[in-house]
Amino acid sequence: MAELIEAPTTGLVTDVIEFSAVDGPGNRFVVFLQGCNFDCLACHNPYTIKACIDCGICIEACAAGALSLDAEAKMVWDQAACTGTDGCIAACPYDSTPKARPQAVASLLPQIRRAAPFISGVTVSGGEATQQSGFVRALFAAVKAEFVNLTCFVDSNGAAEPSVWQELDEVMDAAMIDLKCLDDEIHRRITGASNAQVLASIKALAARGKLYEVRLLLMVGVNDSDELLAATGRWLAAIDPKMRIKVIGYRAHGVRPSPVPLIEPDAAQRAHYAEVLAAEGQFDLVVI
Amino acid sequence: MKDRFISEAEGLVNSRVIGYDQKVRRLAALAANALPYPALSPLCQEALEARVVCDMYEGNRPFTPRYVLPDYAKALRNGVKYLELEPPSNLDDALSFLTILYSQVPSVTTYPVYLGDLDALLEPYVPADLPDDELDAKLRRFWIQLDRLLPDAFTHANVGPADGRVIRSIWRVERSLRQVVPNLTLKVSPETPDDLIEDAVRTVFVTAKPHFVNHPMMVADHGTEYAAVSCYNSLKVRGGAHTLVRLNLKRAVDRHLGGVDAFCLESLPHWVELTSELGEARIRSLVEDAGFFESNFLATEGLIELDRFSMMFGIFGLAECVNELMVREGQPEARYGHDPRANAAAHQIVGRIAELIKDRRLPYCNGGGGFAYLHSQSGIDLDLDATAGTRIPIGDEPSMLEHIEVCAPIHQLFPAGISDIFHVEETVTRNPRAMVDVIRGALGAGMRDFTFNLDSNEFIRITGYLVRKSDLLGLDEHGARHSSDYLAATAEVNHTVTTRAIKRVIAAELSPQG
Repeated sequence: MAELIEAPTTGLVTDVIEFSAVDGPGNRFVVFLQGCNFDCLACHNPYTIKACIDCGICIEACAAGALSLDAEAKMVWDQAACTGTDGCIAACPYDSTPKARPQAVASLLPQIRRAAPFISGVTVSGGEATQQSGFVRALFAAVKAEFVNLTCFVDSNGAAEPSVWQELDEVMDAAMIDLKCLDDEIHRRITGASNAQVLASIKALAARGKLYEVRLLLMVGVNDSDELLAATGRWLAAIDPKMRIKVIGYRAHGVRPSPVPLIEPDAAQRAHYAEVLAAEGQFDLVVI
Repeated sequence: MKDRFISEAEGLVNSRVIGYDQKVRRLAALAANALPYPALSPLCQEALEARVVCDMYEGNRPFTPRYVLPDYAKALRNGVKYLELEPPSNLDDALSFLTILYSQVPSVTTYPVYLGDLDALLEPYVPADLPDDELDAKLRRFWIQLDRLLPDAFTHANVGPADGRVIRSIWRVERSLRQVVPNLTLKVSPETPDDLIEDAVRTVFVTAKPHFVNHPMMVADHGTEYAAVSCYNSLKVRGGAHTLVRLNLKRAVDRHLGGVDAFCLESLPHWVELTSELGEARIRSLVEDAGFFESNFLATEGLIELDRFSMMFGIFGLAECVNELMVREGQPEARYGHDPRANAAAHQIVGRIAELIKDRRLPYCNGGGGFAYLHSQSGIDLDLDATAGTRIPIGDEPSMLEHIEVCAPIHQLFPAGISDIFHVEETVTRNPRAMVDVIRGALGAGMRDFTFNLDSNEFIRITGYLVRKSDLLGLDEHGARHSSDYLAATAEVNHTVTTRAIKRVIAAELSPQG
C-alpha cells in the first residue's frame, strides 16, 4: 500500500446477514451500516437513515423490555431479550433504530470467518456505506488479508467524493451504484440531494473497472418516462455499452408515508422499461 | 385373518380409484403378507408390533432385496442372456437396451430404484457429430418413457461428477419436461466445474432435482462404484441392500427412564440388537428361503453380487429423542438443532448406535464388511410422532448457516445416506451462483448430501421423493398415475411438511419412504 491511512476500526453497524443472494455476485455476507446522506421518498429501510439520538421514545414500544437508557442516558439494546418485532423501529420518529451499534472490525471478522467457506464475498450496504469509508476500508483490508478468495463489494447511492473511491480502491473489488434519476431536479425531489456526485462516481468507477452494476429504481409517473429512460440509457451506454443494469420496480414494502403518491410498476411496465433501455446499448439487463 | 384378506382383496379389485397396474401390485403384496413372518424372538416380535422397530412394511416374506443396483455398464458391455439382449452399438440401441433391462430390475415397490450413472453409461454412445438438439430429442423420448413406464418417484438416476454432453442434455430435458421421474443425484467433487453445478442449480429451480452428494466422502465409504438410489440411500453398485429396518428413537426413549448416558449405555444396546435381529431374519428369509441370489438373472449373470450387499439400519425421531432426554436432564430449553448441549447429546447417541452396529455381525452383509450400514431414515407417510431421520423438526430449523453447522458433523456417520432439506426463497433464482457457493461450502463442511427446494416450487419433496402439488389435488376421487403420490397424500396430511421455515438463501422437503 502506498501509504498507511489511519482508518477507524469501529463502525456504526445496523445489522449483518450471514447469507444473502441479492447483494452482489454469489452468496454474500452483508454488513449494513447506519446513516445515509440521502433521504429518499422510496427508501425501503428508512430506519437506517439517521443515528440514534438516545431520546428513549422507543423504550415504551418494546414489549420485551429489551430497551433502556444507561447511567449516561445512552440507549441500550439487550439483544438476548429482543424478540425481533421491530416495535422500536415503528415507534422511532427520527428514521433510526436503537439496535444499530458500534462494532469493531475485529468483532465482525469471526462472523465472516464462519461464513467464509459458503460465500463469494462481503458486501457493505446501508444506510450509505461510503459515509463510513474509513471503516469500510479497514474491514475490507482485514478481509483481503485473511481470505484471498473473497471479493469485497460496496452497495452505494454514489453520493461520495472522488477521494472516497480513491481511499477504497486498493481493497474494494467493485461497487453497485443506485442511480435514482438522471434528471437532477427530479433527483433532488426524490432524494433531497443533487445527483452530481452520483454521476461522477459512476464514471470514475467504470473508468477504474470497478463498476459491477448500476441500479435504477423506477416509480410510476415519477422517474419512469420513456424520454428519461432513453436519455439514461444513452448516458450509461456512452460510459459502457455493455454495462450491467438492474431495473428495479419500486415496491411499497417498508416505505414511509409519502407526500406524493408512489406507484408500483406492474410486470408489463417493468418489461417496457427494459425495452426502452435495451434500445440504447447492449446492456446486461436484469429486471426485478 | 382370512376374512380380512378377502375384504381387502375385494376392496382392491372393486376400487374405482386405483388403476389396473397398481391393483395388480397391491394384490401381490396382499398375497405375500398372507404368508407367515420369518421367525422372531418374542421380544423382537413385540418391538415390531409396537413399531419401536419397523420393517418399512416391506411385506411379511421378502422375495426381492429392497434396493438392487445392477452393474449397467457391465450389462451394456456383455449383453444380457436372460433378456436375449446383445451389447448395443449405438445410442438408440443403448437407450432401448436399458429401458428393457429396467423392466426386470426388482425392488419392494416393484420398480427399479437405480437407473445407472446415466451420463457415464451413455456418453460413449454419443457420436461427436450428433447435434445437441438431436441428442436432446433422443434423451427427451427416453425420459418420457421412464416417467410413464416406471411411475415411481423412488426411481433414481445418478450423474457427475465430470462434465459431458449427456449430463448437460439431461439438465435441458429435465427443465423442459418437469417430470417427477426420475429422481436425480449429481455427484459433486472438488473438480466438478462450478458451471456444471450452476446448471444443476438452475434445474432445481424448475424441478426440485437433483440432490447434490459429496463424491469424495461416498468414494471413501463405498469405493468408486457407488450410487444414491431411491431417496438418499447410498450403496454399492453391483450390490445393494437386502432390507431396511429402522429404529424409532422417539419410541425407544418413551420406554426408557433415565437421561442421555443411561439411554446410550442401557437402552440402545437392547434396541440395536432387536432391530438387527429383525433384519437378520428378513435377510435369511430372502437369501436362504427365497433363494433370490441363486435364481435371479441379475445374480447369475454377475450384474449383482451377493458380496456387495448389506442391510440398512435406519434411525429416525432423533429430534424428539434428544429433546425428551434434555427434559429429563433438567435442561428443557436445550432443543436439538439450537442448543450445543442438545446437539452434543445427539452426536453421542448417533455415535453410540454406529459403534453398536459395528459390533453386531450380520449374515450376507459383506458389502458392509459383515455389518449393517447406518442410515438416517427420512420417514414414511405413517410417521406421526417422530421427525424424519436425524433432521431438525419442520418449521424449527435455525438459520441456514447454523443449520448446516449442526447437521454436517453427523453426516459422516451415515454411509448409507442422510438428508437435511433446505428451503430457499425464490429471489435466489436470479443468482444461482449463490447456491453453488452454499453447496460447495456445505459439502466442504462434511455434509454427505445437500438438497434444497424453492418455496414456490410446483414440486414438493415428501421425505426424499417428489410429487407435484397438482397431482395431490383430488387424489381420493380419481387416483394418481404415480404410485408414490398415494404415500405423499398421507404424508402431506399427517405432517406439516409444507411449513418448513424458509431461509433467506436456501430449501425443504416433505415426509415418507427411505
